[in-house]
Amino acid sequence: MRDFLGLTPDPDRGWALAALTGALSFPAAKPGAIRAAVEARMDATLFAWSYDYVGDLAETVALVWPAAPGPNRAPDLSEVVETLSRSSRTQAQNRIETWLDALDPTGRWALLKLITGGLRVGLSARLAKQAAADLGGVPVSDLEEIWHAQSPPYEALFAWLVGGAEKPATAAPGRFRPVMLAHALDEQTDFVKLDPADYAAEWKWDGIRVQAVSEGGERRLYSRTGDLISGSFPDLLTALDFEGVIDGELLILRDGAAASFGELQQRLNRKTADAGMIAARPAGLRAYDLLMDGSEDVRALPFAERRARLERLITGRGGGRIDLSPLVDFSSWDELAELRTDPPPGDALMAEGFMLKRWDSTYLAGRPKGPWFKWKRDPYLTDAVLMYAQRGHGRRSSFYSDFTFGVWREDDAGRRALTPVGKAYFGFTDEELKALDAYVRDHTVARFGPVRQVQAEDGEGLVLEVAFEGLQRSSRHKSGLAMRFPRIHRIRWDKPASEADDLSSLERLLSR
Amino acid sequence: MIRPQSVLTPRPAGLYCEPGDFYIDPVRPVDRAVITHGHADHARPGHGAVAATAPTLAIMEARYGADFAGSVQPLAYGESWSRDGAEVSLAPAGHVLGSAQVVVRYRGMTLVVSGDYKRRPDPTCAPFDPIACDVFVTEATFGLPVFRHPPAQEEVAKLLSCVAQFPERTCLVGAYALGKAQRVIALLRAAGWDEPIPVHGALTRLNELYEDFGVALGPLVPAAATSGKDLSGVIVLAPPSALATPWARRFADPVSAFASGWMRVRARARQRAVELPLIISDHADWDELTGTIAELAPGEVWITHGREEALARWCALEGIPARPLALVGYDEEED
Repeated sequence: MRDFLGLTPDPDRGWALAALTGALSFPAAKPGAIRAAVEARMDATLFAWSYDYVGDLAETVALVWPAAPGPNRAPDLSEVVETLSRSSRTQAQNRIETWLDALDPTGRWALLKLITGGLRVGLSARLAKQAAADLGGVPVSDLEEIWHAQSPPYEALFAWLVGGAEKPATAAPGRFRPVMLAHALDEQTDFVKLDPADYAAEWKWDGIRVQAVSEGGERRLYSRTGDLISGSFPDLLTALDFEGVIDGELLILRDGAAASFGELQQRLNRKTADAGMIAARPAGLRAYDLLMDGSEDVRALPFAERRARLERLITGRGGGRIDLSPLVDFSSWDELAELRTDPPPGDALMAEGFMLKRWDSTYLAGRPKGPWFKWKRDPYLTDAVLMYAQRGHGRRSSFYSDFTFGVWREDDAGRRALTPVGKAYFGFTDEELKALDAYVRDHTVARFGPVRQVQAEDGEGLVLEVAFEGLQRSSRHKSGLAMRFPRIHRIRWDKPASEADDLSSLERLLSR
Repeated sequence: MIRPQSVLTPRPAGLYCEPGDFYIDPVRPVDRAVITHGHADHARPGHGAVAATAPTLAIMEARYGADFAGSVQPLAYGESWSRDGAEVSLAPAGHVLGSAQVVVRYRGMTLVVSGDYKRRPDPTCAPFDPIACDVFVTEATFGLPVFRHPPAQEEVAKLLSCVAQFPERTCLVGAYALGKAQRVIALLRAAGWDEPIPVHGALTRLNELYEDFGVALGPLVPAAATSGKDLSGVIVLAPPSALATPWARRFADPVSAFASGWMRVRARARQRAVELPLIISDHADWDELTGTIAELAPGEVWITHGREEALARWCALEGIPARPLALVGYDEEED
């Protein structure tokens, strides 16, 4: 990729970089319209089954599209970008269809990925930036600093990386700063090497990590990967009445008390928030670190000093929507372990465990080993019975890899019956996936489109030991429960289905 | 008029012909079996009497030993035998060497069980022979419109251009031992690749068997004997299962290729960590499956295994009565 960026001229390389980092968007090109176009050319049910099997919209359309080269011609990258950015929706749709007619399956795939933004797959955005940084021989964090002030096709950026020009200005107020991440703590090997006196401990909150920026009137909320999420949280944005950049956890805060992640989820993935939603689920920021104090960059200061400045900065600010993530007093790892297993009443009961930060750690982009650790609470475990399976997407495409599982409860007639309590699609190895897939195929009792119902009764059924992070009440599920982050911990080939857990054991957990 | 369901009936052991009292490709040991082709999920050991083409019987013997069945009856294509009014004959299926469709005629009704088949030209076996019938029993391994195999020559050209592009690496091609491996070798020869081809030991016996039946494969050498030698720019063939074993480590920085119809779907190539997917299949793709049904215009279509729902849906849209047989025990993955 680095070679490609070096050899391809402007503006094509810039458009390619934009496509890989998700910076291109074509509002005129809609996945829905592409789907409609393919359904006009073939049976919708056969298309739906094909999509279900392949697990990727662009690839499915690329494969099933009936080629009709005729007078059509395959386009190059700049032509696609330029045509689509100045076309109306109808014009764009027509052009896309004639391009699809002209291209072969690989070309159709690339075109569809480009226009639906699907070339951006988390990892590739980072790799693309890394490749661009390598091309210029600069650290990727330098590139990320200025990234948000740049726009496609990135001519100024490439002029800096390979053309000997000045580094583009980083002074854009309100830009994103790369975040510092923690390593998972290994209790067996790490504790013996760590002195508790060197570390501060905070609860690890169950929200989402955000960077709250307020600089010279520019207020923004970024996710930890640098995506702008201000639009979803206008209520919190108005509360950012400080000058600086804060690292913290976005939570639903009601009178200072954190609500469950489930409530926050109601507000995530929505581009906007209405007044009713804001009143019912007010967003708040639980601050734990400071990157900019006013206009002063404090990232090179030790954590203890940043923390003291953070406390001073937010005192009296935020109108009740910003609070400070408290530090937890402890003198030995054993003492902290006890708190982790048996947290005090209040928000701590909902924490995912602890964050450990060295008092003297500077704020470094990326995931340096040593200064910060996350020490998650052990997951809850339950034995459930496999009930339904669905084919997976992506790497798991065409394998039955989404598993719905249930536990026993008494139905109205007093009989023991299984009730679904959750769905898990990871936690198993590739070998185990094959075994599960084979089990599903051999024990199917009914099919509903892509879903197979699996034999699950007293005498025959597969027990899955499911690990999860927490339970919430939910009116959406028949069982009245929703699991947080469920995954398959172990497959209990040995355990009879009748010995799986009862719903009452999960309900006891809920009342805690 | 007799109902076709009373001539051929799906049973747990496989598709059963009651008038002739035999099973077709049974998955459990039975008294009398007719075998369509030598792949292990269709041709199993332990039956009483087995009728099949001579190459299929030879493949079974090579795999399972001389006593793989109580007795054997070799049948040439077109040769028929009768039992209680049921006349049975075999016709080429174009899948692998010796592969056959089973044609059952009973009281004026013709039922054709295709076994696994393809319509593309294959230098290693006789081409599929379309036979007009009342009931066509088809496979549906690639029975989704996403499966459209490109011409096999194009895929082999990709392999040869990869060798040219990376002359310092070894091209390690995974191909199933029966049929696919010999087809890839024959396609390479036809494309002008005359170099000796090192092959994994698991392929040797079947390669020799193909040669015995008159399929020329050119110079082949055991891959084991080449260790330590310079293998850069060489194409090596191995069964897919060997690609992830210590055996493959003898090659320095190999390009891992896999010849299979499943390579059409990117996620499948990723799942197997395949660098060079080669879409070469011994099964009919979507266009071949639907085109064959359209060509034969049978009164009814029965679907044995694979993506039977989608092919049944297509038949319904075309107004052809179709039903999935839901037979179990056939491995959909091997191609």
